[in-house]
Amino acid sequence: MGDAATGEAIATDALIIGAGPVGLFAVFELGLLDIRAHLVDILPKVGGQCAELYPEKPIYDIPGFPIVTGQALVDNLMKQIEPFAPTFHLGEMVESVESLGTAAAPLYRVTTDAGTVFEAKTVLIAAGGGSFQPKKPPIPGIDAYENESVFYAVRRMDAFRDRSILIVGGGDSALDWTLNLQPIAKRVTLMHRRDEFRAAPHSVEKMRALVAEGAMDLRIGQVTGLRGAGGALEAALCRNDAGETFEIACDRMLPFFGLTMKLGPIAQWGLNLAENLIPVDTEKFETSTPGIFAIGDINAYPGKLKLILSGFHEGALAAQKVHRYVFPEKKLFFQYTTSSSSLQKKLGVAG
Amino acid sequence: MPKITFIDHLGTARTIEGEVGATVMETAVKNGVPEIDAECGGACACATCHVYVDEAWAAAAGTPSSMEEDMLDFAYDVRPNSRLSCQIRITPELDGLVVTTPERQA
Repeated sequence: MGDAATGEAIATDALIIGAGPVGLFAVFELGLLDIRAHLVDILPKVGGQCAELYPEKPIYDIPGFPIVTGQALVDNLMKQIEPFAPTFHLGEMVESVESLGTAAAPLYRVTTDAGTVFEAKTVLIAAGGGSFQPKKPPIPGIDAYENESVFYAVRRMDAFRDRSILIVGGGDSALDWTLNLQPIAKRVTLMHRRDEFRAAPHSVEKMRALVAEGAMDLRIGQVTGLRGAGGALEAALCRNDAGETFEIACDRMLPFFGLTMKLGPIAQWGLNLAENLIPVDTEKFETSTPGIFAIGDINAYPGKLKLILSGFHEGALAAQKVHRYVFPEKKLFFQYTTSSSSLQKKLGVAG
Repeated sequence: MPKITFIDHLGTARTIEGEVGATVMETAVKNGVPEIDAECGGACACATCHVYVDEAWAAAAGTPSSMEEDMLDFAYDVRPNSRLSCQIRITPELDGLVVTTPERQA
């Protein structure tokens, strides 16, 4: 495997950034043309917005499916692309894309925040609304504390040992970290805006038991301000629904307010951008950088509709041009999956 | 058609005609009302269409469902009159509804 430890790059014909529905279907269209793909996604699971924002919600405008939930669509796409054995790199964010090739023979060195390195002949950006990143609460002056005493994720538990930690939120992240950090922390306080939790009931029960035995604190309210000089947090200023204000002494804070989509490092890859979208042509869905394509919600062109079905079409057309980069000597014949024995062989359904 | 007034965090009021059956969020987005992001497009999945319902309209607008309460956990400065505007459907009784938008949605 290509990672920072070995210093070896993963060579691939196509690297897809984003494992949402459009990125997944691109695997299928590339696969029919004998192009294998690696996919990178910042989420720990495939499916993008379909899986993260609305797994249980119905979608009514997927051709051939009068009604399908976000998760069911993702599950079906995963089944559909199975014959092409894509390799997933989940929980990683692409940080840099650097050109090593030429316009006629592109090659890109792509590096993720986990240190995985790819050398890809083509890159398909299917990043939707950008990368899902933790929501930052609009607490005045919070920037000064970030990565000093306020963190949006726990990378190393040891960094929280013997600390007075304030965890804010009512979902699984907040409850799981409350339970995981409580044994090693000096003191853990969980704060939530109401005395009801979305987190798994057994985590909530465990938390309540710890509160009952005096091993941690639960406070109901919202953080309105932070106190402490030079990024060193001393206390959080809080308010409850009755309008009463109070302080919680703490030197670490972990706010868990869900995820939001941010364009993220894409802005630094040297691509042309127009209002946080990537302009492409409508023949190949290629950007102005040869060998880099953009498909799905992240691209822009006259008449663009941000529909999943548009992203499927864009992936199919992009794959044609990817083929020309990957196999410049081969001529591409148009074939139907219904009638082509060679396509059926690739799909593993040949009779 | 029922009229809805959106007051932004600086106090500027915009009154818009909404359609019965549409949501307050849709009405805002269609008319370019600022401070309503509606990132998820109305699936009650993002908490970026957060509004404060004017006290006088609290009863008519109703209370959040448990799913909406869960999503409100992701909003900021949640108050007893907080609602997600994608979950308020316009009825003839809501003619004159007043909502205030928060300074930040996400």
